Amino acid sequence: MEQKKYDVIILGGGPAGLTAGIYLARGKAKTLILDTATIGGQMILTYQIANYPGVEKISGYQLSAIMKKQATTFGCEIVSNIKINSLGLDSPVKKVTVNNKITYTAPAVIIATGGRSRMLNVPGEPEFKGRGISYCATCDGDFFQDKEIIVVGGGNSALEEAVALTKYAGKITIVHEFDHFQAFEHAVTEAKNNPKISFIMESHIVEFLGDESLKAVKIKNLKTGKINKMNTDGAFIFVGYEANTHQLKDTGLELNKWQEVVADENMNTNLKGVVVAGDSRAKRYRQVTTAVADGTIAALSVLEYLNS
Amino acid sequence: MVLPTNLKHVATIEEYNDILKNNENVMICCGRMGPMCVPVYDVMEELQEEYSHVEFRDMLFDNPHAQIIRSLPEARGFMGLPFTIYYKNGKVVAATSSIQNREQITEILDREFN
Ligand SMILES: Cc1cc2nc3c(=O)[nH]c(=O)nc-3n(C[C@H](O)[C@H](O)[C@H](O)COP(=O)(O)OP(=O)(O)OC[C@H]3O[C@@H](n4cnc5c(N)ncnc54)[C@H](O)[C@@H]3O)c2cc1C
Repeated sequence: MEQKKYDVIILGGGPAGLTAGIYLARGKAKTLILDTATIGGQMILTYQIANYPGVEKISGYQLSAIMKKQATTFGCEIVSNIKINSLGLDSPVKKVTVNNKITYTAPAVIIATGGRSRMLNVPGEPEFKGRGISYCATCDGDFFQDKEIIVVGGGNSALEEAVALTKYAGKITIVHEFDHFQAFEHAVTEAKNNPKISFIMESHIVEFLGDESLKAVKIKNLKTGKINKMNTDGAFIFVGYEANTHQLKDTGLELNKWQEVVADENMNTNLKGVVVAGDSRAKRYRQVTTAVADGTIAALSVLEYLNS
Repeated sequence: MVLPTNLKHVATIEEYNDILKNNENVMICCGRMGPMCVPVYDVMEELQEEYSHVEFRDMLFDNPHAQIIRSLPEARGFMGLPFTIYYKNGKVVAATSSIQNREQITEILDREFN
């Protein structure tokens, strides 16, 4: 197995990881960003960012490209689309083995693995992704012109995206597990007032059915236990976000009950030499600005640790 | 009408036909600059060196010439961008709809183009 030594390894190349990369590389630390997917993280999911101070309007893709260029210009190395085989965080030398090929080592690691949209994890969901099931209304809405679709979820994104989808779809049924919505009042009112939208409450989707594309869903009423089949041409799923910490579970790192990494105000975790930044950290507000702030603090904490 | 990526593009049906005629292994990703598409272009860009026996191209979904991909029988039922098509000697051997990661893409490349 090939070995490569760094001063700092950053797991995740979203805004938190890229910011940490910029600060560390400028601070002359030999820095590596590893990402299991595309650099940019959730910024890639954002068509337009209009609340990042200093930039009036920019696509998430462009903002990612600029941050990436800043980091590499200062000497930060970046490897994306990797697969992590093992992760050792609890000893003084941290180890990350990737692609069954290389082990990267460093005295310090920054966890900046962010978050992702939750899946429903029911039968048929992986098979019909892209064949009727979608997680992005802006991307795939126009495939459902005049069609009957369902939207799963009851938070702000579910209700706002359902309203946005009425531009295309003929009829939308929102399926939600509770008897009330966890969204802002104005979002609920707007959805309720839209003649194209109807609701099935206190129900779960238990299966997706179809042939070459999605044709129907099985819906279980949680009060009566009864399962009904409903025909549908599409399903948009917006059931919240979760922290990307699945691979961190057995590393000794302290996670809270939502599986987010617990840290102090300097981003230090319970493990020496391991700090966290961005959406994977236990915190209330998750934005590009807060991720960037976390990344700055994490990098400065690590520089202090390396010099101590 | 092409995408602002670092990949080589397909702009017209004539070009599409030439590419399929002159290359044994071809992968074309047809999409927009959306969140499900960008990760696929990113992986293709990275694979170009390692898979030098494959011709990697992208095509703008809203280019009228992209009708040639939209109307492929293999893309029937596709309702998620991007449409990614793999061709061996000009024939479609695999097709996927929506985002795919590096592992899913290399699995198809290794299976079909080895
Ligand atoms: C649709 C949408 C719209 C949004 N709009 C806005 C907006 O307008 N303004 C705003 O400020 N915020 C917005 N946000 C929120 C913002 O995008 C996030 O708060 C921010 O991207 C979090 O940054 P991060 O670096 O912590 O994590 P992420 O952006 O999630 O990046 C994490 C990175 O880590 C990688 N990763 C995951 N697991 C591992 C692992 N085990 N090892 C290595 N790498 C890993 C991921 O592939 C990803 O690239 C939006 C979010 C979404 C989903």
